[in-house]
Amino acid sequence: MRLVHPHTRRRRATGALGIVTIVLGALAIQFFRVQMLQSNDYMLQSESNRLRPLPVAAPRGTIFDRNDRVIADNVPGYVIYVLRESRESTRETLERLKPYLALSDEVIESLMVRYQRWEPLVVEIDADFEVVSVLEERREDFPGIVIETRPKRRYISGNAVSHVLGYVNEITVEELAEPRFSEYEPGVLIGKVGIERQYEERLQGRRGVRYLEVDALGRIVGSLQGIEEDPGQPGEDIRLTLDLDLMEWIHSIFPDSLAGAVVALDPVDGGVLALYSAPTFDPNAFVSGLTPEEWAVLEADPRKPLFNRSVMGLYPPGSTWKLAAAAIALDRGVVGPHEVMPEPCTGGFLHDGLYRRCWLAEGHGYLDLAGAIANSCNVYFYQLGMKIGLDAMLEAGTRIGFAEQCGIDLPQESRGIFPAGRDFWRREFGYDPQEGEVLNLAIGQGPNSQTPLKMAQFYLALARNGSAPTPHLIENPDPTERWRLNVSSESIEVLREGLRGVTAPGGTAVLGTALEHWEVIGKTGTSQNAQDSLRAHAWFAGMAGPWGGEPEIVVVALVEFGESGSGVAAPLVAKTADFYLRRKHGMPPPDSIQTLGEHYRAGRPAPWARRADEAEPSSGEAEPFLNDR
Amino acid sequence: MIGRLFQRWVGDPSLFLAVLAMTAFGVAMIYSAGVLNIPSPITEGAWIRQGQWAVIALVSFTIIRLIGPRWFEWVAVPAYVVSVLLLVLTLIVGTGSGTAAGVKSFLDLGFMRFQPSEFAKLATILALARYLGSRTEDPANVRALVFPAVIVGVPLALVILQPDLGTALAFVGILFAALFWAGTPIGMMALLLSPGISLVLSYDPRIWAASFVFLIGALYLYRYRLFLVESLSVILANLVAGTISTPLWNSLAQYQRNRILVYLDPSVDPRGAGYHVIQSMVAIGSGGPTGKGFTAGTQKRFDFLPEQHTDFIFSVIGEELGYLGTILTLSLFAFILYRLVKMAEGEADPFAGLVIFGIFGAWLVHIFVNIGMTVGMVPVTGIPLPFVSYGGTFLLMSWVAVAVAAKLAGEE
Repeated sequence: MRLVHPHTRRRRATGALGIVTIVLGALAIQFFRVQMLQSNDYMLQSESNRLRPLPVAAPRGTIFDRNDRVIADNVPGYVIYVLRESRESTRETLERLKPYLALSDEVIESLMVRYQRWEPLVVEIDADFEVVSVLEERREDFPGIVIETRPKRRYISGNAVSHVLGYVNEITVEELAEPRFSEYEPGVLIGKVGIERQYEERLQGRRGVRYLEVDALGRIVGSLQGIEEDPGQPGEDIRLTLDLDLMEWIHSIFPDSLAGAVVALDPVDGGVLALYSAPTFDPNAFVSGLTPEEWAVLEADPRKPLFNRSVMGLYPPGSTWKLAAAAIALDRGVVGPHEVMPEPCTGGFLHDGLYRRCWLAEGHGYLDLAGAIANSCNVYFYQLGMKIGLDAMLEAGTRIGFAEQCGIDLPQESRGIFPAGRDFWRREFGYDPQEGEVLNLAIGQGPNSQTPLKMAQFYLALARNGSAPTPHLIENPDPTERWRLNVSSESIEVLREGLRGVTAPGGTAVLGTALEHWEVIGKTGTSQNAQDSLRAHAWFAGMAGPWGGEPEIVVVALVEFGESGSGVAAPLVAKTADFYLRRKHGMPPPDSIQTLGEHYRAGRPAPWARRADEAEPSSGEAEPFLNDR
Repeated sequence: MIGRLFQRWVGDPSLFLAVLAMTAFGVAMIYSAGVLNIPSPITEGAWIRQGQWAVIALVSFTIIRLIGPRWFEWVAVPAYVVSVLLLVLTLIVGTGSGTAAGVKSFLDLGFMRFQPSEFAKLATILALARYLGSRTEDPANVRALVFPAVIVGVPLALVILQPDLGTALAFVGILFAALFWAGTPIGMMALLLSPGISLVLSYDPRIWAASFVFLIGALYLYRYRLFLVESLSVILANLVAGTISTPLWNSLAQYQRNRILVYLDPSVDPRGAGYHVIQSMVAIGSGGPTGKGFTAGTQKRFDFLPEQHTDFIFSVIGEELGYLGTILTLSLFAFILYRLVKMAEGEADPFAGLVIFGIFGAWLVHIFVNIGMTVGMVPVTGIPLPFVSYGGTFLLMSWVAVAVAAKLAGEE
């Protein structure tokens, strides 16, 4: 070897040092790039690396009634998350939480389905303060749990407003898939039904975010204060046309054992003053999350407390629909306001070999239109229907909107059932209708089912000289005139005259509707139904206002299997109107003795009661079986 | 007086002090690597154990300083044979360690665990120096390279079988450094390396074809120095390497393939194989010019760094001490390598120079591959950083190597 030669060694040593310079120089250059030139990028990454975003729920918008009373607001609540690195450790934490949060095995399984790595898993959306303090004390025993205060929804008069208001609950997997909720994240509370659903986007607000410091395994090291915290944006407050006091009043007067609905509209603009369905439920229970057992009980309840009868229930309108038949006849000019029908009422009417009876066996004799409405005379309306004709009746009824929704601002509303043409019978029943079907339709029977809200909208038109806007719950919507009855104001006056006869002294509903301060006019209805042939549904549709003035409230009451329109439904309408009008006109609120009938039963004098001779004479006291065929 | 005693003890004072400083720095960084927000039993007391190993290493250093220099030459062949046998034994009864539990790198002696490949490195350096130093001519033709290649190739193959790619690379460094010092022309070493290059380049036949044309050209230029049979064997080796590359790739373990793929693009699978590189680069990059402060690295504290007290210790250095710390550490390594080169340069004895250069080659590979992988310059391989990474055998053998180098250089 030539290594011995110093010159050779120096040459090779220099070469080796050159290699060292190149190698370490390359490292120095690469580190310069990473640490000096790209340092800011990496610094940002290292910040976000150890931070896990935790959603901060923004308070949901407050819901006010028309008098600025709070219907729904927020109170502090506690939500418990589990944020862990793996499925196994999440399950382990849940098992440890089991006795504290009363988690069942099924609940743990359903929670595990929703587990996603690095995502906070909502375990309890409304934890008790006691449980929270116990968990906070033993924090070390529960790795990965996060306890957050989160605004919790509170419904002030839960039961009174349950159906119209709805409730909030955690968004479901199915909802997350809907386009409407494409920007929502798991764990968010959203409106499920009612107003909460309808105005979800306005009420929701924008979620904020805060950061937890975690390590590479997702273990929570601490909460990061200060930086990058985003409190979110509170939801928008909304104001409804509802009158919460009125809703509470209706809730208090509606018979506990019965099911039904009460709808009250403001004739000025169609604003919904009350939209009540019985039986009710407590929406606050839904906010904390119902257990499967509680849910099953509600679902299985034969009285269907979750069913909003006011906008979803479909009922044959019965005699309340006679006003529609009368309006159609006046519109088409087939009958004059003071014209009598060729056949007098003799307690029944023979047509096409079928004898149809009036509810009054001794008959009403000759009646004009107002008299026929006041007495709810079937024989008059049979003949009226024949004069209109089946096709014209179907066309006009459809045009008025009896086969449509009202379009109220609620997520769900049933469409009325009314035949658009003769093929309806062929499609539904498989036969061609006889001309005689119009007789049934004229008295509100036959294939005709309406929601209480729809009937209220029709009576709204009667209270407003023939036009009816869309009923609405939100204050100040875009004004929309849904339809207009093509009848003169004189004709409307004739129809109202008929309604006045119903509630006047001597009318069928005087006891249930006569009030000290207000004039109530309206129409009873007792509609036969397929569910129970003996117990008909009881209707009363009417309006009320100061004596001699325009109506200031339209109210429709329906009581399922209530049997008597005048006895059961009419007092609900009168008492509702009384409460509303007294408050509106600055009078003290009523006690429970309001109607003339209640005064009589309570033995309380009613010096204000008008005598029968002050009003149009009419006969009959009750209408136990209004219609038959 | 004290100064002369010190020199007697340590041999080359500046190398000793540099290595001692690096060891102390290593213990400090291992301590920092153990400062986590959620303490881990693996890393927490590691700095104490490393400190204990440093004491053992210093004692060993002192003992080796007492041994006569000729003894190293004499022991080279037996040590080599023993180390090869130990490597074979490791393949049979070896165990993994901690995070690398799947490989067979350790021999469990009951009271301690020992990495034969570290011992084999030094033994191979001695054996190679012994062979090359005894030759009268420079190994300047292909035939002369065969035996050195075999000396290194046997332990290298055994280490690859463990599998431990990082240590295998160190053997390659030893071979080329020793050959370089022995006088093998650069072109010849390139020919030796050419089958390896073919192996890599053959993933794309066009690039491989181009490199092959280049190889033929190089052989033509070297035609006066090579026998025909040598040229042909180089061509054959390249052909074989290019052909077996696909089956070889398929025979690699998935994690090894991933490491190579991630080297090519660390973002291919940020939570999988590329995770380590990305997290390491985030740590180093976020350190900036002056770092987050000793023990204050967030990437480290929150456990985002892999193997942060062993292979990725430099990520902690970069994060906590910044570019300043990086440059100081690289400078100290440069100084250590510079001292080795200077010691070899001043050594007339071929054996001594070759041993020192073998150590130089091994460390250069360790430093470059270990530090380079933390910033994505080279694929991730399990290779420790000399004197800094946690690991008893490696620290001990590195100090033994310093002692050997200093002893050989100190004798005239």
